[in-house]
Amino acid sequence: MSQQEALSNAWQNWFRFSRNPTAVIGAIIVITSVSLALLAPNITTFPEHVGAVVDFRNRHQPPSAVHWFGTDNVGRDIFTRVIFGLRVSLLLAVVVLGIAIPVGVILGLLAGYFGGWVEIVIMRITDIALAIPPLVMALAVAAVLTPSLTNSMLAIALLWWTWHTRLIYSLTRQLRSQEFVEASETLGASKAHILFREILPNCVSAIAVKTSLDAGFVILIGAALSFLGLGIQPPTPDLGTMVASGASFLPDYWWESVLPGCAILFVALGFNLLGDGLRDMFDVEDVR
Amino acid sequence: MTAPVLELRDVVKTYALKGAFGRSAGEVRAVDGVSFAIQKGDVYGLAGESGSGKSTIARMIMGLTPPTSGDILIDGQSILGRQATLAHRQQVQMVFQNPGASLNPRRTVGQSIRVALDAHHYAGDRKARLAELLEMVQMPRHFADRYPHELSGGQKQRVAIARALAVEPRLLVLDEPTSALDVSVQARVIELLEGLIEQLGLTYLFISHDLSLMRNFAQDVGVLYLGKIVETDPVASVFADPRHDYTRLLLASVPVISAEEEALRPKIPLINGEIPTAEDLLALRTQAQTKEAQT
Repeated sequence: MSQQEALSNAWQNWFRFSRNPTAVIGAIIVITSVSLALLAPNITTFPEHVGAVVDFRNRHQPPSAVHWFGTDNVGRDIFTRVIFGLRVSLLLAVVVLGIAIPVGVILGLLAGYFGGWVEIVIMRITDIALAIPPLVMALAVAAVLTPSLTNSMLAIALLWWTWHTRLIYSLTRQLRSQEFVEASETLGASKAHILFREILPNCVSAIAVKTSLDAGFVILIGAALSFLGLGIQPPTPDLGTMVASGASFLPDYWWESVLPGCAILFVALGFNLLGDGLRDMFDVEDVR
Repeated sequence: MTAPVLELRDVVKTYALKGAFGRSAGEVRAVDGVSFAIQKGDVYGLAGESGSGKSTIARMIMGLTPPTSGDILIDGQSILGRQATLAHRQQVQMVFQNPGASLNPRRTVGQSIRVALDAHHYAGDRKARLAELLEMVQMPRHFADRYPHELSGGQKQRVAIARALAVEPRLLVLDEPTSALDVSVQARVIELLEGLIEQLGLTYLFISHDLSLMRNFAQDVGVLYLGKIVETDPVASVFADPRHDYTRLLLASVPVISAEEEALRPKIPLINGEIPTAEDLLALRTQAQTKEAQT
């Protein structure tokens, strides 16, 4: 009975979501990108072109039935490299958000619930970290350490938690004074129970929206870093790197930079549309 | 004579008012020297409108906020300084005003009630206890799997009562437990609460702005007005012969159905043809105090 009703509630949510065209487009794009990335070795025509392969007879080929996105300056299939490049972009988003969200959420819960000096310490550090643009931070880290995928992830994650701290902090402040939180206090529930079982479940929809919107931004920053030569190093295929190396052959061999650029646009747009759709579905307003 | 289940001795709670740049701009005396005692098995009604300090008293008894001065005793033992202990929680529980807000929307009825059992390391079969508690508040057992939004207001309040009873408290603080409910549902919740007094040997502190609810339910009534108890009497005499202007005002605002009841309704002094507001009464009280001080 109750499971049926819970199911019908989920069904209602799905109905609202499915009636929202941008949300559905976003979801389709995200699912497509993730499946393409996961299945990359099976669906691409030239999986060996991921590495340092050279085929000068086929360099600068325009898009054709064999090479859908054309070939680059050393004759590698661009479609293959774009699909493998998606893997890197999505891995970056997963790792950065996988670090930033738990850290940000826990700090936000602590600051919002306990207040006092805990709040002062956490929120002032958050404010300072918020003042540093992630791209600048990533440039600095890449300059000090060697430019690599791991270091880009580290640099972005080092700042990204702050957005989640701010969001969860303000939600926790609102929820803390709710009667159900006071009720569990008077029942003698532990602080851990109140934070993670009473407050956190009420933040989940906001976290989901924020995560989806964030994924798009993280992918963009990752691509920007690689474009500047400070992210993933060749020959690993990366969308930003491909745009940068193709740029020197513009406008004659336009496909070498424009098509990888479109792939960046495609995946970042997908996550943003999905995030907007989730926001409408859950009806949360405070998230960017 | 045994010690009363709950006793408040001259309890004061003040809040500092902050002016610009964090300077102190005086203080509000939310609760101003309140004393009363409740014997085992009694229902003590605390009446007063919003802002009179009712909820602050409830929060102090629950240990959610400490009093500025005075003492709160449960079974003759002061709870101050040991407010956070499980022992205190086990003696006193609270039913909140708005059952829609006091139950977590993301947790099922069963999960909400089990919080209490888990927190107090309930030794027996927790599932059986959950069923027993739901039965106590006359709810079918399968409601344990439902979410609050699937329940009516009255059902939610029953769940809140079951949750408060989970740890077998001696005293229940009922903070306007029926004000968010329909009149017909109100009566059934009050009936349920009345039945539980004998069944479980409970004692109630019943907080409400509605004196009519107390007429058949409470033994004694304290009328709280601007943080002070202005009248404390057995319920019958409060209704028959209210001694304070403010009590008369509260009684006059109780809706009546029949002409006989209308005749019993106390006459209140009208100010310019209007029922005096709280501000008017405050002005009257200040006048009276100044007079007192002068003589």
